[in-house]
Amino acid sequence: MVNLGINIGDLHFKNPVLTASGTCGYGTELDDFFDVSRLGGIVVKGTTLEPREGNAYPRMAETPSGMLNAVGLQNKGIDYFESNIYPKISGYDTNIIVNVNGSTLDDYISLSERIDRLEKIPAIELNISCPNVKKGGMIFGTNLQSAREVTRAVRAVYTKKLIVKLSPNVTNIVDFAKVVEEEGADSISLINTLLGMAVDINMMKPSLSTVTGGLSGPAIKPVALGMVWQVAKAVKVPVIGMGGIMTASDAIEFFLAGASAVQIGTVTFIDPAAPVKILEGIESYLQRKGFSDIKDIIGYINH
Amino acid sequence: MAKCVDDLKVVGNKLLTEDFCVIEVESGKKLPEFRPGQFVQVRIDGSPATFLRRPISIHDVDFGKNRYKMLIQVLGKGTETIYRLKSGDYLNVIHPLGNSFTIPDDKSKILLVGGGCGIAPLLFLGKQLKARGFEPDVLMGFRNSSRVLEIEEYSQIGDVFVTTEDGSLGEKGYVTNHSVLTSVKYDRIYCCGPDSMMKVVAEYSMKNNIFCEVSLENLMACGFGICLCCIVETTRGNICTCTEGPVFNIRELKW
Ligand SMILES: Cc1cc2nc3c(=O)[nH]c(=O)nc-3n(C[C@H](O)[C@H](O)[C@H](O)COP(=O)(O)OP(=O)(O)OC[C@H]3O[C@@H](n4cnc5c(N)ncnc54)[C@H](O)[C@@H]3O)c2cc1C
Ligand SMILES: Cc1cc2nc3c(=O)[nH]c(=O)nc-3n(C[C@H](O)[C@H](O)[C@H](O)COP(=O)(O)O)c2cc1C
Ligand code: FES
Repeated sequence: MVNLGINIGDLHFKNPVLTASGTCGYGTELDDFFDVSRLGGIVVKGTTLEPREGNAYPRMAETPSGMLNAVGLQNKGIDYFESNIYPKISGYDTNIIVNVNGSTLDDYISLSERIDRLEKIPAIELNISCPNVKKGGMIFGTNLQSAREVTRAVRAVYTKKLIVKLSPNVTNIVDFAKVVEEEGADSISLINTLLGMAVDINMMKPSLSTVTGGLSGPAIKPVALGMVWQVAKAVKVPVIGMGGIMTASDAIEFFLAGASAVQIGTVTFIDPAAPVKILEGIESYLQRKGFSDIKDIIGYINH
Repeated sequence: MAKCVDDLKVVGNKLLTEDFCVIEVESGKKLPEFRPGQFVQVRIDGSPATFLRRPISIHDVDFGKNRYKMLIQVLGKGTETIYRLKSGDYLNVIHPLGNSFTIPDDKSKILLVGGGCGIAPLLFLGKQLKARGFEPDVLMGFRNSSRVLEIEEYSQIGDVFVTTEDGSLGEKGYVTNHSVLTSVKYDRIYCCGPDSMMKVVAEYSMKNNIFCEVSLENLMACGFGICLCCIVETTRGNICTCTEGPVFNIRELKW
């Protein structure tokens, strides 16, 4: 038997494979394909205080080994989540994490307070890195002072595990990791999507309604891995790595570079059962290599 | 109805023109219950340019043999790869996806309107309608006679009317110019084709107070409701075409 369990503080995850926000809906959409309770956690869709309609169509453009999206945090708001979604998903036997978004500092605070009261949500992922909204989002994640303030403010009201999700669209991501750790983040997740764009040469206009969007998929994996490695060396809190993970081998690279857990994103669009396949692949890798605990390989290349 | 991933064996690929084909696939398992209007997401291996799956309509189904057909128009790398498949090759799909056309309970007079590759879901729909005692007419629009597809197949459903933009076959012009629209009074129109065509058909139906459903072909990343990339603006807000569509009543759309 291999021990796949990991911890963020005293919060236990039965295994280190989570779904990434915005790429798994609320988990229920994957029910047909596998038992989502097998995963270590589900990070549900980006949630805001008020309902949001998101950006105009087209919101997606395929790019070599990846895609750009400009969804813009479409969601029905926290009231709807609490009364309609939460009752449906709180029965899953896994850690359900809400991805928290806001346009202002007050939005982040009020939303975190609301979610703090939901018994079956043991952690939030503070998204200060969405490239697809005009106000808030990435503005908080690309300015050190703002990143500090929002983490501090949410930490003051949120009593459970606080994960802060970083943007790769900065000069030195390590500075941001250190700041949010200083302000009391229990864990750091990275990376969100990379700012990018595509142009439709037939129509002679941008492919996305918002012109720029966020790049995800295997195209970004080397960038993500490099940043996870840098951050994991610089902070003491557990790091959750993501960005372009398609297979168990990809995930294992992240563990070896220092990630304590991984999130599975865009690949789920192509193979809805990818998260559980990756989980199984990690387990058999550990067996094959003669390790009895996932913790033995976390940061292995840095020892 | 549960969605699933399946590896389908190609059992036939009929090349219709240089850029259209009908590919037939077979499942080793019992096919799930498919309804007309639904689609599948086809994985295209072998190129970084075809990273995402490609949505393709269910064209015709043979439940007895666990087989179904897809009508393919080559537009780019993905559809070209499908066009080149041979019997014995395999195709990985997620199916069945999306909602379906609503089949009426009353004795409606029905018209199916298709343009180009948009005729694809109408064959399966027409056959299901016919099996339930309807006698739908079929109106198809093409650019010119060399692009006219599968008239024989559609003739099995009912009377077929054709328009071509250059008048090389049938009546000249667009589908909404066809004389059958003035000579027959339809209760329902089901339509699939280019947006520009569906919009004029929708306008016509609105004006004449005809029930009308259209099938949209929005860009999709996942096809089963997790990415929110495929939205259309409706009276209910932005909703996903892959789960709440692809078939919409025109009264819901903000066209
Ligand atoms: C619900 C649904 C059902 C469909 N049914 C069928 C079908 O039965 N048969 C069939 O041949 N095709 C169908 N399509 C369209 C098909 O999915 C696209 O043509 C295909 O994805 C193009 O992939 P490609 O790699 O060949 O071309 P790409 O290289 O991806 O694209 C080639 C060109 O076509 C344009 N394009 C691609 N997809 C779309 C789209 N969805 N709408 C408008 N422009 C597009 C691109 O912008 C580009 O200019 C359907 C689409 C949807 C959403
Ligand atoms: C369509 C789409 C929607 C996303 N929505 C969110 C979101 O709401 N909140 C968030 O923090 N990240 C969001 N992300 C980013 C992912 O969670 C993830 O950080 C990123 O896609 C990189 O991982 P990947 O390459 O494995 O997809 C979204 C990504 C995609 C593709
Ligand atoms: S294509 Fe992903 S939600 Fe519709």
